[in-house]
Amino acid sequence: MFAKHNYSMLRQAWPLLALLFAGGAQALPKIHNWTTAGGTKVLFVAAHELPMLDVRVVFDAGSARDGTLGGVAALTNSMLGKGAAGQNADDIAAGFEQRGAQFGSGSERDMAWLSLRSLSDSKLLDPALELFANVLSRPDFPAADFKRERQLTLTGLEYQQQQPKSIAENAFYKAVYGQHPYAANPDGTPKTVAALTVKDLEAFYHRYYVAANATLVIVGDIDRKRAEAIADTLAGALAPGRKAPALPEVAALKAASTEFIEHPSSQSHVLMGAPGLRRGDPDYFALYVGNHVLGGSGLVSRISEEIREKRGLSYSAYSYFIPMMRKGPFTLGFQTRTDKRDEALSVLRETVKKFVANGPTDKELQASKDNIIGGFPLAVASNSKITEYLAMIGFYDLPLDYLSTFTGKVKAVTVAQIRDAFRRRVHVDDMATVIVGAKAPGDTDS
Amino acid sequence: MRGWLALAVSLFTVASYAAQPVHEFTLDNGLKLIVKEDHRAPVMVSQVWYKVGSSYEHDGITGLSHVLEHMMFKGTKAHPAGQFSQIIAENGGRENAFTSRDYTAYFQTMEAARLPVSFELEADRMRNLALPEEEFKKEVQVVMEERRMRTDDDPQSLTYEQFNAAAYASSPYRIPTIGWMGDLQSMQVGDLRAWYDKWYAPDNATVVVVGDVDPQAVYGLAKKYFAPLKPSHIAPLKPRHEIKQFGPKRLVVKAPAKLPYLLMGYKAPVALNAEQDWEPYALEVLASVLDGGDSARLSSRLVRGSAVAASVGAGYDAFDRKETLFLLSGIPANGHTLDDLNKALQAQIRDVQETPVSAPELARVKAQIKADKIYEQDSIFYQAMQIGMLETVGLSWKDADQYLSRIEAVSAEQVQAVAKKYLIDDRLTVAELLPQPFDPKHPPREGGVAGNVR
Repeated sequence: MFAKHNYSMLRQAWPLLALLFAGGAQALPKIHNWTTAGGTKVLFVAAHELPMLDVRVVFDAGSARDGTLGGVAALTNSMLGKGAAGQNADDIAAGFEQRGAQFGSGSERDMAWLSLRSLSDSKLLDPALELFANVLSRPDFPAADFKRERQLTLTGLEYQQQQPKSIAENAFYKAVYGQHPYAANPDGTPKTVAALTVKDLEAFYHRYYVAANATLVIVGDIDRKRAEAIADTLAGALAPGRKAPALPEVAALKAASTEFIEHPSSQSHVLMGAPGLRRGDPDYFALYVGNHVLGGSGLVSRISEEIREKRGLSYSAYSYFIPMMRKGPFTLGFQTRTDKRDEALSVLRETVKKFVANGPTDKELQASKDNIIGGFPLAVASNSKITEYLAMIGFYDLPLDYLSTFTGKVKAVTVAQIRDAFRRRVHVDDMATVIVGAKAPGDTDS
Repeated sequence: MRGWLALAVSLFTVASYAAQPVHEFTLDNGLKLIVKEDHRAPVMVSQVWYKVGSSYEHDGITGLSHVLEHMMFKGTKAHPAGQFSQIIAENGGRENAFTSRDYTAYFQTMEAARLPVSFELEADRMRNLALPEEEFKKEVQVVMEERRMRTDDDPQSLTYEQFNAAAYASSPYRIPTIGWMGDLQSMQVGDLRAWYDKWYAPDNATVVVVGDVDPQAVYGLAKKYFAPLKPSHIAPLKPRHEIKQFGPKRLVVKAPAKLPYLLMGYKAPVALNAEQDWEPYALEVLASVLDGGDSARLSSRLVRGSAVAASVGAGYDAFDRKETLFLLSGIPANGHTLDDLNKALQAQIRDVQETPVSAPELARVKAQIKADKIYEQDSIFYQAMQIGMLETVGLSWKDADQYLSRIEAVSAEQVQAVAKKYLIDDRLTVAELLPQPFDPKHPPREGGVAGNVR
C-alpha cells in the first residue's frame, strides 16, 4: 500500500523484464549446489568484491496454498518479523538495523521468502544471522501484533479498491483462473481475512515453513565452508517437514469473457489474457522470444508501436508472460482515456491476431535476439540480481546450467517455431478481458 | 563486481572494497565528463544529465521539460524517429529517461564495449533534434495519458500535487513535473523548440559513465563525439526564492477514494543554501530517527505502539536544488481519524524538539548509512545516479564521498536544534484527503482542469 511520491517522470514504464531472461557466453558465476541433511536445497555463489552477504530463503508457501483461508499465506509471512524466540517486533527490527543489516520478507502466488542483507564482517554478520535464524524458525505470532497486522491487511485491501490498476489485476486473475488457486487475490478478501486466527497462521507455518519445502540462496563475500555452516544453521533450525504437494493444473479458457467494472477514473484500464506458460515449459523460448517482438520489449515492440507511437493512445501498452509453477498468465494491457478505450482495444486485438497468424519478420526476430543476447551481461551484473536468479532456479527446479545455456537457446529460436507456438498457445478469441473505468458514451447499462 | 570474475584473476582481497576513484574531465565547450570504474562485470551505464527540469519552468509552460524529454526520442536528421531506441535495443541496451524538478537525464546500460554507440546517439540529439510537429501532436497525448494514470486517477498523488502547489508560493517547486493539464493542452511544438535550444547544450550537460571502462579511453570517446558541439552560453538563473511564510497553511482535497491521507511539510534548507553546513545533515539524521527502517520511531510508536497509523513516513532530501520540504505523511489506522494522526505526528515532533535523541538511535542511523554506502556499490546505475544528481543541482560528486563523515559528525543536540528551528507551525503546510464516495452518476475527473469538457 502506500504513497510514494515519485518526483521523476519516466519516459516509459519499467518493462517487466526481471527474471524473464538470462544466460550467456561470458563469465558466469560458479553456482555451488548441495542439499542439507534436512532436505533444503542450497545455491551459493561466492562474490568477494564487496564485503557484504545476501541470504534468501524461499518456501513453496505462496497464496496458492491458501485453500479456503484466503490471505493466510501473506499474513503468515508478514508476521514472521513481528515476534520470535521471545523478542518483540521492536527488538527484532532494532537487532537488524543497529548492525546496518536489512531484513525483508514477501509472498506471491507461488513463493514466500525471507531475506537478509548484511555486511560480511563477522562482528555484524554473526548476530544478524542468529536473529534471522530465530525469525525464520521460532516465530511467536503474538496476539496483539496479529490483530494489528490483520487490520493492516484489511486496510491494504481498501487501498487496492481505490487504484484502478489493482482492481483490474484482481478481476483479471479471477477471470483467467476460475476455480484454480491462482485466481484469488494473494492478500485475501475482507471476509476471509477477517476470519483468520493465530491458529490458522501457526498451522500454515508448521506445514509449509519446513526444511523439505525450502530453497536457500547465499551470495556474497564468504567461502564455501562458511556457506555450508550458514546453511546448516538456517536450514537446521527448521523442522524437517515435507514438500508441498503439486498444485492442480490450470484449465484452458473455453470462451471469451468481458467484465466491466465501473470506477470514477478518467482512464480505462484494460487487461486481456489467458493462462500462458509454466516454468520449464517446452514452448518457453519460442513464446518468450516471440513475445519480446510482440509486446515485451518496451517502446520498440509491436503493441507499443501501434498503440503509443503511432496513435498516442496510451502511456504504457504491453504484453508479457509470467511463467509460474503452473501456467502463469499471458497478459496484454494498456490504459487510455475512456473515449479512446474501444479504439485502443481493437488495435490491440488486431495486433495480436496478426502476430499469431504470421509470427515475426526475420528482421524483427534478429533484432529481438540481439537485444536479449546483447543485454545478457546486465542480467547478472550485481549480487542482488544473482540472488534473484538463484532463487528462481532453485525454487522452480530449473537446471543449474540455466544461465549458461540461455543465450544458445534464444539464438536457436526460428520464426516458424514462434508462429507454431503462438498458434497453438495464444487464442485471442478465447481470452478474458477486464475493463475498469467510467462508462463510455456507447455503453449500455448492464 | 561479480565474484566469479575476481576469483578467476585472484586480484581482489576481502579488503579491496574501497570505492573506485572518480575521474573528472571538462571539454573546451563546457561539457563535464565524470567516469567511475567498476570492473565487477563487463557492463557500463552511460548517463547524460541536463540542468533543466520543472523548477526551471514558469506558469503557462509547465510540463515542458518532461514533454521535451519524450520528444528526445523522436529523431534527428541523422537518426529519424524511433531509430534511437531501435539501435540501443539491437545493441542489447536498456534505456530510459527521467525528468524531475531539478534535472532531465537520459541513460543506456550496455555491454561496456558499446559505449561509442551511446555517445554517438546522445551527442547527435544534444544539438540536432528534429521535433517534427506530427510526432509532437501524438506524444503530447501520451503525456496526458501519463498524467491521468499517475496523478488524476490516484487520489494520493492528486493530494500531493495540490499540497505541493499550496506549500510553495513563489518557488518553482510548486510546479508539478508532469505539468498542469491545461498547459499540456495548449503546448505548441514551438515552445519545445525554444526550450530545447536554450537548455540542450554541452555547457549545460554532465555525462556520467560508471562501469568496466578505462577513464582515459572514455575521455577520448567523449572528445570525439561531444567536442564538436557548440555551447549555448546560458544566462545565470534568477534565484526565484520562496517568499517567507507567515503561518501554517491548510487545505482539504476531496476526491473519490477509500482511505483518508495526511501530508505535512515543513520548509527546510538544503545543502546548497543552508545557513549552517551541518543543518541539512542533521535534518537527514532526523528523518532517519523518525523513519529509517522498521525500528525507527514512526513505525515503532505509531504503527505498532499506539497503532494510530496504518502507514506513516518521513522524508527529506538534503540535495534538492532549492529550499525543500521536510515531509511527513500517513494513513490513519482503522478507527482513527486524520486529526488523531495529525496530533500523534505533532507529539513526535515535540518529542524530538524537547529531548535529545538517544545514543542507540544515533548509532543505529550511522550504522545503517555506513552499510548503505557498501550496498549501493552493488548497483552501477545507482552510483551513476548519485554522481549525476549532485553535479546537476550544483553540488559535486565529492559530496557523496563526504556524506558519511558529515552524518557521523552530527550530534544529538544538532538534531534537536534543527527540529526546534525548522519543524515549526510557521513553516508548515498540511493537506488532508477526504475520501468521497464512488458515485456512478458523478462524471470522472479530467486532468485537474475545472470545467473542462471532453
